[in-house]
Amino acid sequence: MKPFDYAAPVNLDHSLRALARGRGTRALAGGTDLLALMKARVASPDVLLNVKQLRDLSRDIALDERGASLGALVTLADIELDPAIAQAFPALAQAAASAATPQLRNMATLGGTLLQRPRCWYFRSERFECWLKGGTECHARHGENQFHAVFDTGCCRAVHPSDVACALSALKAEIELRGSHGPRRLAIGEFFDPPREGRRVETVLRDDELVVAVHVPRPAPGSRSIYLKAMDRAAWAFALVSVAACLRMDEDRVAELELVLGGVATVPWPVGEALRHLVGKPLAARAIAEAARGALAGAEPLRMNAYKLPLAQALIRRALHSLAGSASEAVSLAPELHRGPP
Amino acid sequence: MDSGLLRVQLSVNGQRHALALEPRRVLLDVLRDDLGLTGAKKVCDMGNCGACTVLVDGRPMYSCLMLALDWREAAITTIEGLGEPGQLDPVQQAFITADAYQCGFCTPGQIMSVKGLLDTTPEPTDAQIMRALSGNLCRCGAYGNIMRAARIAAGRDPGTDETGSDTA
Ligand SMILES: Cc1cc2nc3c(=O)[nH]c(=O)nc-3n(C[C@H](O)[C@H](O)[C@H](O)COP(=O)(O)OP(=O)(O)OC[C@H]3O[C@@H](n4cnc5c(N)ncnc54)[C@H](O)[C@@H]3O)c2cc1C
Ligand code: SF4
Ligand code: FES
Ligand code: FES
Repeated sequence: MKPFDYAAPVNLDHSLRALARGRGTRALAGGTDLLALMKARVASPDVLLNVKQLRDLSRDIALDERGASLGALVTLADIELDPAIAQAFPALAQAAASAATPQLRNMATLGGTLLQRPRCWYFRSERFECWLKGGTECHARHGENQFHAVFDTGCCRAVHPSDVACALSALKAEIELRGSHGPRRLAIGEFFDPPREGRRVETVLRDDELVVAVHVPRPAPGSRSIYLKAMDRAAWAFALVSVAACLRMDEDRVAELELVLGGVATVPWPVGEALRHLVGKPLAARAIAEAARGALAGAEPLRMNAYKLPLAQALIRRALHSLAGSASEAVSLAPELHRGPP
Repeated sequence: MDSGLLRVQLSVNGQRHALALEPRRVLLDVLRDDLGLTGAKKVCDMGNCGACTVLVDGRPMYSCLMLALDWREAAITTIEGLGEPGQLDPVQQAFITADAYQCGFCTPGQIMSVKGLLDTTPEPTDAQIMRALSGNLCRCGAYGNIMRAARIAAGRDPGTDETGSDTA
């Protein structure tokens, strides 16, 4: 790890001023991603700003009739273990519980999980100056790409690694930011934006901004949500593909449906169009199967990752059957989400 | 960059230690190299194995991914902080009874995870034990006996069979 200066400001204002002063200043929360990148010499900030001790950066979860507000310093373990979150937002609790390991969930913060960088091995290796790190080439496109994106959002083909980000997307969360020029609040779909020329990162967070909180609106009464994650081992693995879905039925007809895929693109990937025709109709097996196929329609898999298409379709089918209560089709995955697909 | 040394007091196993540290020093290295507490093991150094697990305010964490400076307010417990001289902690004793190791390199981390679990969940189910241990790899594959050790420590297995037969 390269040497750096260390700062532990007491409040947000001081931190935001420090961030605005220098480009080489980075916030340090749980450290589980940033310190690993620094050890690998992929990140080398001049100044690390410990934000964990900020008096006015929240580590609390608050629920009221409108929804939940989660401070940026809330840990994944806090989310996983909060009974009120599990009750009101099952997909969020399940996503947190499926991430990493107990130790890492005790350390990792909500702010950090949204801002963590991709797990692409070319990105994580000091030896490759790939496009996302400022180079000219994406090594994954013609290299080892079994864990990469099946949707093409530009040069980079890394997938967004955060389970919680995927669940929050299906739950239509809003991200509250504070910068040296003031606050702003973004829909999560605006906060995440595929990396492009001029902004080779996965979010629109500015250098002088911090995430201060995430707000999750309470879904309409009767809504159910779920997070399913396919992994190559039962724990301690990033999603090969994941699905977060939130469904509300009106009698036996679909009233509202949000579905977001993880592990398929540089950002959490909402499936909009393909589901539209399900609304207003009963959730029949054939319609579900068709929607699952439609959800992957625009995919352009690479040499080694086409397996993600049937995997994603199966997870979508399973999620929808499970939410609709047709248990026989949902089989065992829902309660066994830590085990990966059968 | 001139990083300099920063003064910090760390509370480890109930003792305060005054240290002057470079900011980039991770807790694991400080425990091992500055405080001589070599129980927490350095294996992957990247959050991928669990051998460096310590308790921070009672919660298991990977000390390889923590800056020592960040944790001056915290109560840190390492494997050396368990039990008394000549008197092992019941979790440590259970690992011996169940023969829950081969090379022993993962053992301190496994024990700290079980300790963290039992402190908050004194009567865990098998599923809870498995989940609590899901962040600790054992390269030797002693998992069966590690499960049994955790059950013994939780008072769910009499621990009389000294051969440590695999009951998981
Ligand atoms: C072995 C391993 C396995 C993992 N498995 C999974 C998994 O299965 N699923 C999953 O989702 N994740 C997984 N993770 C990733 C883990 O969830 C993230 O590393 C963690 O959430 C990052 O949070 P942190 O608080 O440690 O962030 P840090 O490492 O402190 O920071 C990460 C980034 O976020 C920025 N940041 C932090 N807080 C803020 C803020 N408030 N405002 C603005 N920027 C901020 C930092 O500047 C930095 O750029 C795994 C990690 C490891 C090491
Ligand atoms: S997928 Fe993205 S991170 Fe990986 S090599 Fe290509 S540009 Fe770099
Ligand atoms: S040494 Fe810390 S997890 Fe492997
Ligand atoms: S006993 Fe050898 S790694 Fe677990």
